[in-house]
Amino acid sequence: MPPESSTTGRICCPATVISVKRLLRSTVAGLAVTLTASLAACGSGSGSGSEAGRPVTVFAAASLTESFTTLGDRFEAAHPGSTVTFNFGGSSALATQINEGAPADVFASAAPANMAAVTDAGTPATFARNQLVIAVGKGNPKGVTGLAALTGPRLKVALCAAAVPCGAAATTAIAAAGVTITPVTLEQDVKAALSKVRLGEVDAALVYRTDAKAAAADVDAIEFPESARAVNDYPIAVLTGARNTAGGQAFVDYVLSPEGLRVLTDAGFQAP
Amino acid sequence: MRKRRGGVPLPLLLPAAVGLIFLVLPLVGLLARTPWSSLLTRLAEPGVTQALRLSLWTSTLATLVCLVLGVPLAWLLARVEFPGRRLVRALITVPLVLPPVVGGIALLLALGRRGLVGSWLDSTFGITLPFTTAGVVIAEAFVALPFLVISVEGALRGADTRFEEAAATLGATRWVSFTHVTLPLVAPGIAAGAVLCWARALGEFGATITFAGNYPGITQTMPLAVYQTMESGDLEGAVVLSLILLVVSVTILAALRDKWLTAP
Repeated sequence: MPPESSTTGRICCPATVISVKRLLRSTVAGLAVTLTASLAACGSGSGSGSEAGRPVTVFAAASLTESFTTLGDRFEAAHPGSTVTFNFGGSSALATQINEGAPADVFASAAPANMAAVTDAGTPATFARNQLVIAVGKGNPKGVTGLAALTGPRLKVALCAAAVPCGAAATTAIAAAGVTITPVTLEQDVKAALSKVRLGEVDAALVYRTDAKAAAADVDAIEFPESARAVNDYPIAVLTGARNTAGGQAFVDYVLSPEGLRVLTDAGFQAP
Repeated sequence: MRKRRGGVPLPLLLPAAVGLIFLVLPLVGLLARTPWSSLLTRLAEPGVTQALRLSLWTSTLATLVCLVLGVPLAWLLARVEFPGRRLVRALITVPLVLPPVVGGIALLLALGRRGLVGSWLDSTFGITLPFTTAGVVIAEAFVALPFLVISVEGALRGADTRFEEAAATLGATRWVSFTHVTLPLVAPGIAAGAVLCWARALGEFGATITFAGNYPGITQTMPLAVYQTMESGDLEGAVVLSLILLVVSVTILAALRDKWLTAP
C-alpha cells in the first residue's frame, strides 16, 4: 500500500516526514505557549539537616585543585570518619552557584572580589597568595621571554575571562606592562586556559605559577616582572548557610594551619 | 477514531501530566526571573547583537554544510545496498549520543593544530581551525548532521519508489531520477530535517566551546555568551540572553513552519 497523505494532497508524504513536521510544529507551539503564559511565581526553599556524618563540601577555585585535593586527603586522615568533597571551578562561577543555593560549607576563592560577591560568606581569612606566569609549550618553542612577546599576531594566546580572578589579574598585569594582547580565546577558569597550552592549540597562556608547576611535565613557566603587580590573595570562609558548620570550620582551620600552609607552599603558593 | 468519554486511563494521564510539567517548569522559572524592563536595552547592547548575529550566521552555514553532505549520505543509506551499511548508519548516529563536549575534544584531536588532519592543514596550508568562525561552523555541523541524515533517510524510505522506477523505465539515469523525481518527492522531509538541524546547530554549546574557544565576535555564539554571563555572576544578564535566544529561535521556527512545513 503506497503511503499517502490525506492532509497534504501530495503524492507522497511518508510517516517520518509527518512525524518530524508534527514534532517541530508542537515544539514551536509549546515554546510559544510558555512564552506567552509568562506569569508565574517562583518559590524558594531553605533546609537544614543534622551535621553528624555529613561530608564537608568545599567549593574551591580551579587553581586549588591539586593542593586542596592533597589537603582533603590529609584532613580525612587526621579526622577519622570525616569526608571532604570538592567542587572546583572558576571562582566567579562558584560564587554564582553558592548564591543560587548550592549546598556548600566552605568557599575558597582565588580573589577577594569573588568572595565578596557571595552574600552569606562569614569572615574570610586569607590563606595563600598566587601570581601569574606565562605558560608555554615544553622547551619554549616560540622563545617567549615576557609579555611583550605575546603582542603580535604571530602567537596564539589564551587568557581567562575578565570575570574570573586569573583574567582580572591578567588584565592588571598586561596594563602594568603597557602592552596590548589580543587573545584567541577567553576561558572560564585557569585550568581551561592551561589545557589549551597543553593541547598545543595556543602558544601561550597567562596562568598561575601553581598551575604551571602542577603541569610541569607539559608546559614551561616563564616568569615576568609585571605579575608582581597583580598578586592574588586567596580568601577562605565557612558559609553562614553551611549545613556542616563544625566540619567546615575544622577544614578551614586545617588549611590555615602550618601543615596546610606547607602543602600550599609546596604547590607554589606564597604565604599570605 | 472517535473520542470516548473517560477514555484516558489515569496511569497514562498522570505521568503524561508530570512529564509536561517537568518540561515546562524550567521555562517558567526562566520567565519568572526575567527582568522585563531591561529586556530591550539588553537587546541593543553591541555584545548581544554581535553574539546573536554570529549564532544565526554560523547555524545557517552549518545547516547548508549539512544539506550538501547529508542529503547524499541519506540517499546512499536509503537507496543503495552495500556491505557495511548498518555499520555506516550506526557510525552516523554516534554524534547523537556523544556528549557534545566529547565531540569537541574529538574535533580537536582530528582538526586541531596538532590533530590528525589539523597538523597537516597547518603545515601545508597554514590553516588552523580552532578559534575561528569556521571552527564554530564545523563544530555545529558535526553535532547537527546526524539529525538531518536520519530525518532525510526516513523520508526517503517512506517515499514511494515506484516513481523512481517509472523514471528509470523511461530512461532516466539515477542522477536525473534523483534530481527530478526523488528530491521533489522528499522536499518536505528535507525541509523538516534542515529546520531540526538548524535548531540543533543554534543551540550548540559543548563542541563549540571545546573546539572553537570563546572570543566575542569570532567564536562566541549566543549559548557561549549565556554561559559566560552566568559564570561571571550576572544571572539577570544570562536570563535575558537566554530569553532573546529562545524568542529568536521560536520566531524563526514558527516562520519556517508556516512557509515550508505546513502543506501548501
